[in-house]
Amino acid sequence: MMEELSAVDILSTAERLRWNIGQDFHENLMEDIYADAARIAGRAVTRAGEKPRFDLDRSIDRIVTSRLWGFPVMILLFMLIFWITITGANIPSAFLSTLLLDTIYSILKEISAVIGLPWWLEGILLDGMYLATAWVIAVMLPPMAIFFPLFTLLEDFGYLPRVAFNLDNVFKKSGAHGKQALSMMMGFGCNAAGVISTRVIDSPRERLIAIITNNFALCNGRWPTQILIATIFIGGLVPAYLAGLASAMAVVGIAILGVLLTFLVSAGLSRSLLQGEVSTFSLELPPYRPPRFWQTIYTSLIDRTMYVLWRAIVFAMPAGAIIWLIANVTIDGTTLAEYMVNFLNPLGVLLGLNGIILVAYIVAIPANEIVIPTILMLTILLAGVDDLGAGAGVLFEANSLAATEAILKVGGWTVLTAVCLMLFSLVHNPCSTTIYTVYKETGSRKWTALTALLPLGMGLLLVFVVTQVWRLIEALI
Amino acid sequence: MQENETVSKTSPACETCPAHNVGNLRQLGISMDNWDYVIALAGNPNTGKSTVFNALTGLRQHTGNWPGKTVSRAEGGYSYGDHRYKLIDLPGTYSLLSTSYDEEIARDFILFGQPDVTLIVVDATRLERNLNLVLQVLEITDRAVISLNLVDEATRHGLQVDERRLARDLGVPVVPTVARRGEGLDLLLQTVAEVATGRTVCRPHRIRSGSPAVQGAIDTLSAQIKTLYPALPNARWLAMRLLDGDQRVVQAIRSGEMQANVENGPQNEGQDLNINLGMAS
Repeated sequence: MMEELSAVDILSTAERLRWNIGQDFHENLMEDIYADAARIAGRAVTRAGEKPRFDLDRSIDRIVTSRLWGFPVMILLFMLIFWITITGANIPSAFLSTLLLDTIYSILKEISAVIGLPWWLEGILLDGMYLATAWVIAVMLPPMAIFFPLFTLLEDFGYLPRVAFNLDNVFKKSGAHGKQALSMMMGFGCNAAGVISTRVIDSPRERLIAIITNNFALCNGRWPTQILIATIFIGGLVPAYLAGLASAMAVVGIAILGVLLTFLVSAGLSRSLLQGEVSTFSLELPPYRPPRFWQTIYTSLIDRTMYVLWRAIVFAMPAGAIIWLIANVTIDGTTLAEYMVNFLNPLGVLLGLNGIILVAYIVAIPANEIVIPTILMLTILLAGVDDLGAGAGVLFEANSLAATEAILKVGGWTVLTAVCLMLFSLVHNPCSTTIYTVYKETGSRKWTALTALLPLGMGLLLVFVVTQVWRLIEALI
Repeated sequence: MQENETVSKTSPACETCPAHNVGNLRQLGISMDNWDYVIALAGNPNTGKSTVFNALTGLRQHTGNWPGKTVSRAEGGYSYGDHRYKLIDLPGTYSLLSTSYDEEIARDFILFGQPDVTLIVVDATRLERNLNLVLQVLEITDRAVISLNLVDEATRHGLQVDERRLARDLGVPVVPTVARRGEGLDLLLQTVAEVATGRTVCRPHRIRSGSPAVQGAIDTLSAQIKTLYPALPNARWLAMRLLDGDQRVVQAIRSGEMQANVENGPQNEGQDLNINLGMAS
């Protein structure tokens, strides 16, 4: 007689059989697999003598992952990359500025005059959208075109897993997952990508820690800000031949501060909101591979550099239009921008920043890339720097670093402003893309709000304390 | 003149032979409607799966020298010869036996997605460890092709892998490749096509189970599973999972998810697996 078989029957049969075959099924199965694999591999593989390259790998690893030398080597390597980026970017930057902001801008102005565009349309299109975009390209393209290929070469070579290996122990002590080192590495490229990459972490608790702290990894949008401000203000503090080195050290210092904050906040979260066990995992150190030089250069230029640049341009164009509008629409003879800046200025000064910087950070919520263009444009407008820009409301024509420096100094910037801007650029709310990604990944408004507001609060507190201490010391000297 | 004609007469035969014609590969990127065959791409982390994926589809999945980049499934297409193929890049895993998220994606797809061919990318410099995964995949599916990748690195390390011997022991075709330089991909495509169309039939190696008691238990259980899910390609694997006490599989059978999967393929379809942390908001 045929009996109708159900899912429950199968489960009970399985349960009964499990009793019969005993506890060791899983171990035996694994052993069988390992034995088969070893036998088959043993028959297929022949070794020709010694394997010198394995030993080379091991010798490199002994240095770059050693307790003593691991961190210094890491810091030196990153400093080297930034030093090359900072010193190498000046010449192409100046060239692009002249081309885009002098030559092409004048041609566009002439064309506009010939076809008779109304003044407000010319203002929005040329003085707003075009200049904002041109500035983003001139200032961001050269450092990115140097930095990303260098970073990708390092990644291709196989160095990043070693960094993860070095950091793993510290993450574990912070109560976080060791794989968070990997998502942090991704965050150094783009925080939204870093947040997505936390999917490699299985435990929800540790994954949330990784998501919330990813913003402390300095992203693409913020590297150029750091590099520019460090070059002008920190590089300016030392003799010219040391300027590149000092700027590189400042940028690496900010990046390291970000890593330290990642540990600190991870530890704080795992001891308060997100308590629990730390999971273990195994991280494979892949062999060092000689990078395919030209292919790496090509793909990192096309994929990363152009991607980031395109994103910056897409956000810079409407932002340029908005900036032009708030700088030109007046109520009772005062522009909207002036109202906003004057309103925020007392708070800004208290924080070592100023009203303009705070307005710029509000305008730049969609993309960190446009913080600096916005700051420069508003400074020119409000400080009335007529000899540098084409006049109030026009973005500006900063031909070189020196001109940018002049604008900022007229705007009342000091070294303290620069330091606070660099700190605040590292520690503030993530861009809107990242916030949206966090919401998509966590499905929770509460955690998304925490991810956005925690760094903002920390950043405000940090620059406030730094400013007060700085001013106290200044007053004492 | 006469001789020239004779020469040109032989060339059409070569043109149609896929092995001699790189032009037979057309990268289709993400436009992959009406595919004829589905190919799953499996393998250990950092063996070059994404590189193979990019080379075949013309897409640019992020590749880099570190494990764990591919966190969810990526899909792309290519056409080769007369057929169109849909390629699924699965996350790299060391095994299919544990219950982590990425292993589950890979396992569910190979088991329920029923790909026409599972292409396993293997690191020639770490063959033994890579074979652990290969053997597990061969438990699930009959149709597999091994891409023995990174053979250049193996040679540099003084390792020689006998791919014919390996193919005979595993019971599936093995193709040596250097994916990042495109070497061996032509032969790989042709081999995949042959397995997909059924011109090459695999007789995959099966794990030797130890005691007769265990063997008997597997036989009894897989017979029952076959009765309940006739469409399931591999009852033996499922029986082994149940005997291992895999709660994920137990739960899938109890909730009826298994039935749905067998009929419709895995439920987590789609390129962007919208995973949720399930945290109370």
